[in-house]
Amino acid sequence: MKEILLPRVRTSRWLAVGWQGLSILMALLFTTLVLLLTGAPPLEAYRQVLEGAFGSLKRATDILVAWVPLMLVTSGLLLTFTAGLWNIGVEGQIVLGAIATTGVVRALQHTDLPPPIILVLALLAGMAGGAAWAGLVGLLKVYGGVHEIFGGLGLNFVATTLILWLIFGPWKRPGIGSMSGTEPFPERLMFPTLPGLRLSPWALGMALLSVALVYVLLRNTYFGLRLKAIGKNLRAAHLLGVPTTRYLFLALLGCGAMAGLAGSIQVTAVYHRLIPPISSGYGYLGLLVAMLANYRVTWSVPVAFFFAALNIGSIQLPITLKLDSTLSGVMQGALVLFVLLMQGVRARWQAKTTVESDDGA
Amino acid sequence: MKVEMRHIYKSFGPVRALQDVSLTVQAGTIHGLLGENGAGKTTLMKILSGYLRPDRGEILLDGQAVHFRSPAEGLRHGIGMLHQDPMDFPALSVLDNFMMGHEGGLWLDRRGARRALKELADAFGFDLDPDARVDSLTVGERQQLELLRLLWRGVRVLILDEPTTGISAPQKVRLFATLRRLAEEGKAVIFVTHKLEEVEELCHRVTVLRQGRLAGEVIPPYSPARLIELMFGRPVPMPERERIPLGEPVLEVQDLVVGDHRLRLSRVRLTVRAGEIIGLAGMEGSGQQLLMRACAGLIRPWEGTIRVSGRDLTGKPYSAFLEAGVLYVPANRLEEGLIPGLTLTEHFQLVYPNGRHLIDWEQARAEAQRRIREFHIRGRPETPVEALSGGNQQRTLLALIRTPARLLLLEHPTRGLDVESSLWVWERLKERARQGTALMVVSSDLQELMQYCHRIVVFFSGRVSEPIDAEQLTLDRLGHMIAGRGW
Repeated sequence: MKEILLPRVRTSRWLAVGWQGLSILMALLFTTLVLLLTGAPPLEAYRQVLEGAFGSLKRATDILVAWVPLMLVTSGLLLTFTAGLWNIGVEGQIVLGAIATTGVVRALQHTDLPPPIILVLALLAGMAGGAAWAGLVGLLKVYGGVHEIFGGLGLNFVATTLILWLIFGPWKRPGIGSMSGTEPFPERLMFPTLPGLRLSPWALGMALLSVALVYVLLRNTYFGLRLKAIGKNLRAAHLLGVPTTRYLFLALLGCGAMAGLAGSIQVTAVYHRLIPPISSGYGYLGLLVAMLANYRVTWSVPVAFFFAALNIGSIQLPITLKLDSTLSGVMQGALVLFVLLMQGVRARWQAKTTVESDDGA
Repeated sequence: MKVEMRHIYKSFGPVRALQDVSLTVQAGTIHGLLGENGAGKTTLMKILSGYLRPDRGEILLDGQAVHFRSPAEGLRHGIGMLHQDPMDFPALSVLDNFMMGHEGGLWLDRRGARRALKELADAFGFDLDPDARVDSLTVGERQQLELLRLLWRGVRVLILDEPTTGISAPQKVRLFATLRRLAEEGKAVIFVTHKLEEVEELCHRVTVLRQGRLAGEVIPPYSPARLIELMFGRPVPMPERERIPLGEPVLEVQDLVVGDHRLRLSRVRLTVRAGEIIGLAGMEGSGQQLLMRACAGLIRPWEGTIRVSGRDLTGKPYSAFLEAGVLYVPANRLEEGLIPGLTLTEHFQLVYPNGRHLIDWEQARAEAQRRIREFHIRGRPETPVEALSGGNQQRTLLALIRTPARLLLLEHPTRGLDVESSLWVWERLKERARQGTALMVVSSDLQELMQYCHRIVVFFSGRVSEPIDAEQLTLDRLGHMIAGRGW
């Protein structure tokens, strides 16, 4: 008997694109429906989003400003997803990165150290902070038997509380603590941006570097292959000699470091201070991006860009159409739901047409 | 009920699983369906039971053409199939499983079902506790449960797909008695197997499939040579056990205590020497797996020592055993042995890395190609393992056993394989023994153990025999010992 190939291997690329297109169409329809229900003109809203995202050079580069942390987080999440881990705690890891960075800057800003050194130290501290928070998730999972989803979720709450306490307590602005965050950093400790824009080429470079790093790690290294093996079958990977505990930790630490770097960049290159919503929800959004990109590095780049564009594009909706800017959230959520739904539908459809392959028959 | 399948065709993509197969089964007979792995037996039966739909051909029950869209529909017409792997709900009770799929109103009639289960179990001499959870049952008991469930549903045609895999010798005897009785009651029984002796013992008529086609139909008295010829197209020679000069002791187990309150091995002593093949015989779950896993470093013994090539590894982690050259090959291929979703190339790279951090995919593919050829795996380097047939998955597992190894621990290395594949597997294992590796093999196929192992250790609910020289052992005595007699 010839070998039996699973349907999955045989499906054409065009069919896959067709399914994906169908889910995008449905998400768009759903969002339109929501807009109609609220009494807003859908076409005008979409036009405004486009206008808001690409209307000027400044806005277009703002997309990249949002893309940088989102991409960093997504890159990290691809490591943990590959290892079969649901690193929900990524949100807290961003926050801890931001906190660690702020701590270092605050401690060193009045010293004589040259600014570049302080900034590098601050970034490294951010990565360490995120990694440490992720390491806690790993410790809880491996030695405490706490599933990473619950451990991560719990630690997210702890991180939120921690950042609020710092901003309203020890790190409050002279006089009074406020939601506007800590005292801004001195100008020499801000990452330089392109003239007249908010985009820092350094930050962009780091995001690109992280994508390239994860791409190579997952595609061309034994590290990536072992992560994949663990993610697909932990037990068998262990029996085949993969040190599973070590690799679970490495995946979490890697993801935590990248999320921490994202938080670090938000502090040093975007807000120049610590603010309560420093993570901007990029952690959860990164999870959506990774899912929508089907856990592929290459696909996650445009998907993250698309999500960033939606976020930036909907900022002006409240002013122009009196719509809430969370419309982007509705679209992103709808998109992910419909893509997952279509995957399910497609699996059923294929099961009907090809029938399960008959092992050993 | 008389069953007729006429000119059945079935393809899976480019693979032609069945071509123009016809089968007629009379009521009141046990009809054997014989063939090697991949011959199309299971596919044909899944079509009859409504699990799969044929591409062409028709099915007639008592002369009436029927078309099933689901197994439930097949069951309504009186056709029930006992699948090779139990398709039950391990987390539920025996009674709940028994009632599963029963058609009735909104309310469950637990009391009625309990009574029916007891009556049926008594009638066939099965001992099933209605309140036990199914995952605490042996494979044989789960099979008995499924059998009763189908009978309660009123099946008139009973299909059994390789039912003797994984069940104990006494359970097999009871199963055969049950099947004979069901045939006497007028039911049609279809018995799918690749084991000749079962056909000889049980079947009134045998249909042989080969590579998706009808090879022939035979009635008793059966000639084994003729059946083998029909199955394979040519006679297969039987191998001899070979005497290899034994080397140094590789594995020394002393006063080992391992297990839990349900099953515990106490004070096991065993020495396995280089080049030796030791067989572990016993009913499933009699403690063989405990010993295997303790020797692999997967479970910690309470007491005693395990030495490998003189080094004390007691209580050391699995990785230390691996480093010492102890390799363990588990029975359930896709759960513990292989990684579904990964290709053959990726599997080989996991086990045989090139020593650097970067994978050279070009070289990896060539390497995989070489191993695929060497181990006769029917697949390509980029084939994911779950797309391979059972036999080819087993070959892949063997190809993943590192060399050199000091001690190989193998669980059911030939389970579900046809005669030819089994022969091939044992040739590889004997080769490893010749190279000075010590082997410990668990198998439920006593014939196989007798044939290839130098010494055999018998297990009976936690009791462990002294190793017995295979030449001083008869199949009969071994069978008795496994059932707990003649110790």
